[in-house]
Formats: sequence, structure tokens, C-alpha cells
Amino acid sequence: MNVHEYQAKSILAQYGVPTPAGGLALTPIEARQVAQGLDADRFVVKAQVHAGGRGKGGGIRVVNTVDEVQAAAKEILWMNLVTHQTGPEGKLVRKVWVEGATDIARELYVAVVLDRGAERLAVIASPYGGMDIEEVAAKNPEAIFTTWVEPGQPLWPFQARRLLFSCGLQGRQVTIGTAILKGLVQLAWEKEATLAEINPLAVTGGGELVALDAKINFDDSALKRHPEIADLADPEETDPLEREATAQGLNYIRLDGTVGTMVNGAGLAMATMDVIKMAGAEPANFLDVGGGASEEMVATGFEVILSDPNVEAILINIFGGILRCDTLAAGVVGAARKVGIEVPLVVRLEGTNVEEGRKILAESDLSFEVAGSISEAAAKIALVAGGAS
Amino acid sequence: MSILVDKDSRVLVQGITGREGLFHTEQMVTYGTKVVAGVTPGKGGTEAVGVPVFNTVSEAVAATGANVSVIFVPAGFAADAACEASESGIELVVVITEHIPVMDMIRVKSFLRARGTRMIGPNCPGIITPGECKLGIMPGYIHQPGRVGLISRSGTLTYEVVHQLTQAGLGQSTCVGMGGDPITGMGFIELLELFADDPATEAVAMIGEIGGDAEERAAAFIKEGFDKPVFGFVAGLTAPPGKRMGHAGAIISGSQGKAEDKIAAMEDAGITVVRALGEFGATVAAELN
Repeated sequence: MNVHEYQAKSILAQYGVPTPAGGLALTPIEARQVAQGLDADRFVVKAQVHAGGRGKGGGIRVVNTVDEVQAAAKEILWMNLVTHQTGPEGKLVRKVWVEGATDIARELYVAVVLDRGAERLAVIASPYGGMDIEEVAAKNPEAIFTTWVEPGQPLWPFQARRLLFSCGLQGRQVTIGTAILKGLVQLAWEKEATLAEINPLAVTGGGELVALDAKINFDDSALKRHPEIADLADPEETDPLEREATAQGLNYIRLDGTVGTMVNGAGLAMATMDVIKMAGAEPANFLDVGGGASEEMVATGFEVILSDPNVEAILINIFGGILRCDTLAAGVVGAARKVGIEVPLVVRLEGTNVEEGRKILAESDLSFEVAGSISEAAAKIALVAGGAS
Repeated sequence: MSILVDKDSRVLVQGITGREGLFHTEQMVTYGTKVVAGVTPGKGGTEAVGVPVFNTVSEAVAATGANVSVIFVPAGFAADAACEASESGIELVVVITEHIPVMDMIRVKSFLRARGTRMIGPNCPGIITPGECKLGIMPGYIHQPGRVGLISRSGTLTYEVVHQLTQAGLGQSTCVGMGGDPITGMGFIELLELFADDPATEAVAMIGEIGGDAEERAAAFIKEGFDKPVFGFVAGLTAPPGKRMGHAGAIISGSQGKAEDKIAAMEDAGITVVRALGEFGATVAAELN
């Protein structure tokens, strides 16, 4: 789960990380009021959406007066912010964060991230802050310093010092920086964050360290243990169809093609999307109905798929294991009748009781195309969905 | 021959009295798996599907000589169950449970490593040596004893490939579902090492997906001199970046985890990567026969 910058900064502050004073605003007037309450002579107005690259997209402004804060907020609020992470459709900005501008001497990068390969938390620091760490990794890999946290242990101060000295910090800044890195690691353990990133971590003209931007990802599987984190979720950041599907217990991701898919199992669902693409059509979604899909789940799946106006055909690919094909076929027929499907439907069933399942489909009064293999299914769907073939 | 489990494996089911535990224990027993004990704290002394139930894993091990455990307990308790199995001398722990917090897995792996316990999963279908031992939730009947070892990060996608290998008359030596989480037990490399020494395994099928760099690391390992033919598939060529595709571990983060890069690394290592899933079985058959 992702949170907004303002939420991330608030969590960082709980772990002793210095952040600039500021406030959230939903209207330009509120933005002005926030600015009036700040002890600052310059201000930053920042769009709050779950995406990086906001500055380049015009979602961040540095201004000198409260009038300008109000004007900047007016421009940013309700704009459709397009960045390299939002896709071309962009994201609607519903709130801005206003803070006092920091006098920046230099910018660093620091983060704690789950290192899947090392099976540990990694702490990463770089003297090149304020830019995409992927870019630094590509251009200056020698300027990225990493240390790993032993399972269940804190970050030891020597580990933090080593990183911070490598980044060129000295004296008191190393002491403050050590506290910041230890705080990040403690946060990751306690709140079960798989990423806690400060970019940039500014060194101010006065030699202080301040987190100017922050990003935290929390482990979805651990949210039950952290209701205070789960409460930070912003439903507006999720596609409405995806939101509806999640509420129904379905794993759905919307894509921009025309072939709706319904599959049991995530790996097979991805592979089915790939096969559609190879056959010359484009998948409209990822939908995993789970290993034990019921008739109700299949019906809900149909409803979600058909809510996408781009869908011109649907491919169902089920490998029945524990879930028997005849049960599933009856479910598909029932659901199709209930929902009323007017686009071509190709069904590929394999696995337990497949013959009985195919028979149920063939004998129903609904017009299914039944495919015997995944290759055949893809070819048939491409034919009806305007594929290249 | 096979790897990790065979007809002599003495199986313990943790969480045997739960809905999933009961159902799948019955399936495993029907398949012929030697299920010798179950554990549900507080239900010791009872029986489930004809299998004696114990309060603790150590009691179960002492009474029955169980040496492999399969875990069906809910996500919040699964890490504890895995550590209990390890502490009690179980050699191989198979964790079926999905949605275990990743910080728990970091601790579990550290605990198991210190005791030399092997783990498969979590969030996996399990492991099967066809005709001998089925440990997990896969449909047994699609498998057939045979020549190809299989390693996969997925569930139903694995069944698809298994089915094709069976249809092609090749069968499987042992099939391992590694699991779809960011941190899993045994990985491609450890399993490849075991398959290398298994005379029954003539070739290995490696089923990957987007996210992480396990496929790339396995490819580098194979390139160093794995001498059996390897056939690969990677799901998620059409997956958008930044989205978790069902499995917690299936996500393209920044420049890492893309299917194209995995396929390129695998092909560079001499792996035959099948792009059209429907042709997997036929491709393996054409090369092996």
C-alpha cells in the first residue's frame, strides 16, 4: 500500500526524522491559510498524488508570497497531473501540501528497502539526491552505498556512519544522519514497510538535515496488524473498477486492450494475457478469480469485466484442479445468463472433469466458443476481437 | 528417483483440523502420501481423516517419526508454525499459506537457516513426486512419473505446464512450486542443484514470472555449467509496471523485474525459452525425443 507524501512525512516525524513544517489544503484558500501560519519567507506547494516525477509534470511550485501560494494551489488543485509514473491518462490532484521552503546546500538520497535477493532490509544512501535513484544506478553506480540489516536487529550505528561518511557528511551531520537512518529501519520493522525512502534528504545552509520528500510502501499482507496504517489508504488513488473488484475479493487490474480475461491463478492469468497479445489482440484486464472460484465469483468477475466499455470479447481460461470443470462450467452458464453477455465469449477449460464441463457449455443455450487448448483459445479470441490474424 | 520427497517421506500436516487442512489431507492420503501426523494446538489426542493429531510438532515427531511438514495454518500464524517445525527437527517445511507478511518471512528464513531446515513456499501449490508423494494442493491426477523436473513461481500455470508434459508423454520427476511471494524458501538455484544430481531428471522446466531477479540469477547459475537441458517460460510480458499482478512478488519495480530481461538472460544462458505457452510440452518433447 502506498501513502501520500504528507502522510509519509508525518510517519517519519514520529520516528524522529526532521521534516519541514507545513499543512494540507483542499482549496486555494486553505493553502493560503496554511502558508500564513508558517514561519517562512518562501513556500513550496506540492500536489499530493501517488506518483513520482511530480515536479517535472508541473505539480510542485516554489513561490515567495501567500498570494502566490493561493494562485499556485489554484493551478495545481484539480489539474490532471501527468508524470512518467501516472501513464498518459494522468492523475487528478485533489489536495496539495504547503510547506516552508528549505535553504538547500546539498541533497542526498537515503532509503530502507526490502532486498528480495538478500532476504533482508537494505539501507541505501547516495550523495546524488533529488533525482531518480534508478538514474543514479545507471550513470553513477559507484555513488550508491548499501548496507544490510540483520533479521530482527536494529541498524547498528557503525553501519549508518559508514554510509554517511561515504556520502561526504561530517561531524554533527553524521550524528543526525545516523539517527535518521536508524529511525527509517525502526519504522520499516515496526510498521512493516517494504520501502521507506527520503529523496531528497537536504543538508540546509545552516547544516541541518531535513526530509524534503518521502515515499513509503507498506506490506499489504501486514496491514491487519497496523490498522492505523490501513486507515491512511486513499481510495481515490485506485481505479474505480479495481476498487469494486477488490471489495468483492477479486484480483483485478485494468489494462487498455479490448479482450477481457477471467482466469484462475495469477501466473496463468498473466500468461493468458501474454498469449492474447501474441495472437495479435490486446488484453483489457488481469483478473484472477482464485483457485476456488464459485459461481458468484464468476458472476462478479463478468460484471467487473463488462463495466469496462473497451471490452469487445471475453476469454475465460480455467485450469480446474481442486475446482472441478463441471462445477465451473455450470457457474459460467449461470453467471452469463444472470449478467447477460453480449460480446463474444471464448471458454477454455482444462483439468478435473473437463469433458463434463465442456458438455455443459456446449449444451447451454448461450453461444460460447469452446477452445481445446490455450493456443486455440487465443487464436479464436484474436479473430473476434479485431486481432491481426 | 526424485528430489526432496518420495514414497518414504513421513508427512506431518500443521493446521490439519482447519477447512483447508482437512480437505487437502484427505486428497494427499488418497494420492498415497504417507501422512503420519497432524498438529493443531489444543486438539491433541483426537484424529482427523484417520490421522492422529498432536498439540505440538515435537510430540508429533517423537511419536511418528515425521520428517516433512506441510503448513495450512492462516497467514498470521504461519511463520510461527514454520519455526516450530524447524525447531522440532523437521527437514523440509512446505508452506502453502498466502499473505504471510514479508517481515515474518525474513525472520523465518533466518531461523530456518540457523537450523539447516529447508523450506518451500510460502504462497505455493507445494511439491509432488508423481506416484509417490503429493504435498500440497495440486491436482494429483494431471501428473505422471517421468523425466522432467519442474520449478515454478506459480500455481495453476504450473498445472498447465505439467498437463502438457503429461500429454506429451514425458511426465515429471518432481514438481516444485516455489511460491509467488517476494521472499520464498528454496529458489531456482538450490532446486537446480538437486535436479542436477537426480538421475531420474533428464531436463528441467523453469516457470518464472515478472518481479525480482530470481530468473536472472538462475540463468547465471545455469550458464556456469548446468549440464541438463533447461526449458523456460516467463509470465507477464504484458504486465504494466508498478502493479502487483496477483502474487505479492509479481511486480515490475523501476527497471527491475521485467519479463523481457528475464527471457533475454535465460536465452543467453542457453535455456530454451518457450514464448507461446501452448507449445511448451511439444517443444520439450521435440528436443528430448
